[in-house]
Amino acid sequence: MYRLNVKKKKSIMNDRIPQLAGELATEISKELKSDIRKLGKKTFNLGGVHPEANKFAHSAEVVTFPLPDQAVVYMTQHLGAPATPIVQKGDKVKVGQLIGEAQTFMCANIHSPISGTVNRIDMIADISGYKKPAIVIDREGDEWDESIDTTPDIIREIKLNKEEIIARMKDRGIVGLGGACFPTHIKYMLKPEQKCEYLIVNAAECEPYISTDNRVILERTEQCLIGIEIALIASGAEKAIIGIEDNKPRAIAALVEMCKKFTNIEVQPLKIKYPQGAEKQLIKAITGRSVPNGALPISVGCIVNNITTMYVLYQAVQKNKPIIQAYTTVSGKSLPKEQCKIFRLRIGTPIRDVLNAVGIPEDTGKIISGGPMMGKAIANLDAYIAKGMGSLLFMNEKESKRGEVHPCLRCGKCVAGCPMGLQPYLLHAYSNLKRYEDCEKSGIMNCIECGSCSYICPANRPLVDFIRVGKAKTGAMIRARNAK
Amino acid sequence: MATTTILYAALTIGLIGMIAAIILFFVSKVFHVEEDPRIDEVQACLPGANCGGCGFAGCRAMAEAMVKTMDLNVAYCPGGDYDKIGEILGIKAEAREPQVCVVRCNGTCENAPAKVNYDSAVTCAFANSLYAGESSCPFACLGCGDCVDACQFDAIHINPETHLPEVNEDLCVGCKACARACPRGVLEIRNKGKNNRRVFVACNNKEKGAVARKNCKAACIGCGKCAKACPFEAITVTDNLAYIDFTKCKACRKCVAECPTGAIHAVNFPEKKAPVAAEAPAETTTPAENA
Repeated sequence: MYRLNVKKKKSIMNDRIPQLAGELATEISKELKSDIRKLGKKTFNLGGVHPEANKFAHSAEVVTFPLPDQAVVYMTQHLGAPATPIVQKGDKVKVGQLIGEAQTFMCANIHSPISGTVNRIDMIADISGYKKPAIVIDREGDEWDESIDTTPDIIREIKLNKEEIIARMKDRGIVGLGGACFPTHIKYMLKPEQKCEYLIVNAAECEPYISTDNRVILERTEQCLIGIEIALIASGAEKAIIGIEDNKPRAIAALVEMCKKFTNIEVQPLKIKYPQGAEKQLIKAITGRSVPNGALPISVGCIVNNITTMYVLYQAVQKNKPIIQAYTTVSGKSLPKEQCKIFRLRIGTPIRDVLNAVGIPEDTGKIISGGPMMGKAIANLDAYIAKGMGSLLFMNEKESKRGEVHPCLRCGKCVAGCPMGLQPYLLHAYSNLKRYEDCEKSGIMNCIECGSCSYICPANRPLVDFIRVGKAKTGAMIRARNAK
Repeated sequence: MATTTILYAALTIGLIGMIAAIILFFVSKVFHVEEDPRIDEVQACLPGANCGGCGFAGCRAMAEAMVKTMDLNVAYCPGGDYDKIGEILGIKAEAREPQVCVVRCNGTCENAPAKVNYDSAVTCAFANSLYAGESSCPFACLGCGDCVDACQFDAIHINPETHLPEVNEDLCVGCKACARACPRGVLEIRNKGKNNRRVFVACNNKEKGAVARKNCKAACIGCGKCAKACPFEAITVTDNLAYIDFTKCKACRKCVAECPTGAIHAVNFPEKKAPVAAEAPAETTTPAENA
């Protein structure tokens, strides 16, 4: 019964896209259009919601942001332990020089985004307001490390073998730029019994507003695909499939056109549905395989990587360039449409500079880092850009206020909307009552925190908020039990 | 006809009852659990609120643990009749000071003005995982009231004006349930002190003085003046934060007069000790020199 409702909503959703379809009609040839039609559209089967797409920055070109006078580079820009600073106060550094070294397994290297002198190593508040270790660098000119190839030529030929590519990923500090910043080299370090069949490239970009992947594909199509070829060598997979939602028709066309030059890369358009870009949902949509509870994608022979990660992988392998830039969509309802832009920023640029460049409109109620569904409201605007900060969204006053919370109606919309087949209303209640054993039995650890339940709840209940607390506590309980 | 029906029914039910009684008798013999009768006696000496403040699941679990280990100090229950428990177990109970909860934060809306507005699930645990707090002090009270929910004695409430919890000293039993619930360790259980008079540092901030002061006017800046002023060596300064050891403190209030930010609170003292307050400004002419 609830499924029916979801389907109805979908048809409303499709009505919102014609402007983009019109854009497609003028630019893309008939043959290419029929090629794309032949590919069909897939999606995942369980749950999902349809937030308003609002891709305001879809056709804005990437703008290079001016270099900051002082950069603050956090040592925790990835999932896992902080990197260890290997420079000292007063040291001269060049662009791309290693300044933070990964000394544990779950860690990534950090490189200097600007050239200059190390001012100090200090604890500096990040966007949440909590202080994190960081290196402060005063800029002097823009001198790059000699080992980095700064020419704009596209290098097609891949000289490195599998082990060398993985070592390069680790050395250049490559992390997943989809949002979670998971160190990429760990994904490719497979055990002997594991085999990767498909490399799934995530270009779904299902979060509203964000257009970073779309623009990277359009402006750097060939580099992205060479990056995928490199990842294919590293993973040992035979085929790579790019999953992309069909609200990016020009990007799909560009990829399909360019894929003709590459033998083992395919494009798979996807129907619009949130959270299509979540790892497990994307695998389900593209291959039809279900990742078991608590397992990683490799258990069904897949590795999932974001397309922007593929672009930085190309830069790392072919040009020896580490991640020193972030591609950030600046968009939102309170911002005038012409101000919705995508910036190529050096890491460590003050967020204030970006805000001053676009100007904070009066109506802004909240600024979010990441998408509106999963992102985090910025509590401290005096923080600095980090790896994987894919967007800065300006929400207007009306949007940023939570509605009044009403008692649960038992309507079951959250159950129908949950892409993991969980019962969010129940998990919320268990978490609230601190019944973590019951949380575990009800599968709280499978929650991907996508926020579909909170989005769809007609009573405005803070479902995902409580589930997150419950998940953290349940996880701690399970770890304590396993340690015994 | 009617009498035979009643007779048969009564006989059948009686027979079933007897068979069941015999089975139950043997089962109770075979599966008999030997339980220390002292557990029940000890449990009767505990308050029976099952508040969980001691860290056990309830009063019975704590009584079991006491009897099993023959130790009165497995956990502390402020409502327990320790003299009687000691008698039952044959151990002498030590004297304990009555304790009370204190709030080690004075980040009121005035002292620590809010820089951001929080609009999400109202629990401290969740707010703590999201951000540093409305005043940007990462050690301050978040004011969402996890301690209020944890208290089984209705002794702690959030003051709507200051957004800080306030403890009702008459109702607080010092069970530590609130201190356990607080994600930032703002609440501390201290000895009540003589005549309920006690002196404590109402700040939990371990940042450097200048940083702490930026977010909150009433923050401890770790200047160490109080430690120098204390004649009983009760005050130590670690990580830019002063701490008054309640076992050594004699409540002389010399430190209160010394503190340049007013972070040291003295409660339940009579008001008319004007000379002490008058001396204070003269001694602290340059309050910011150590900031």
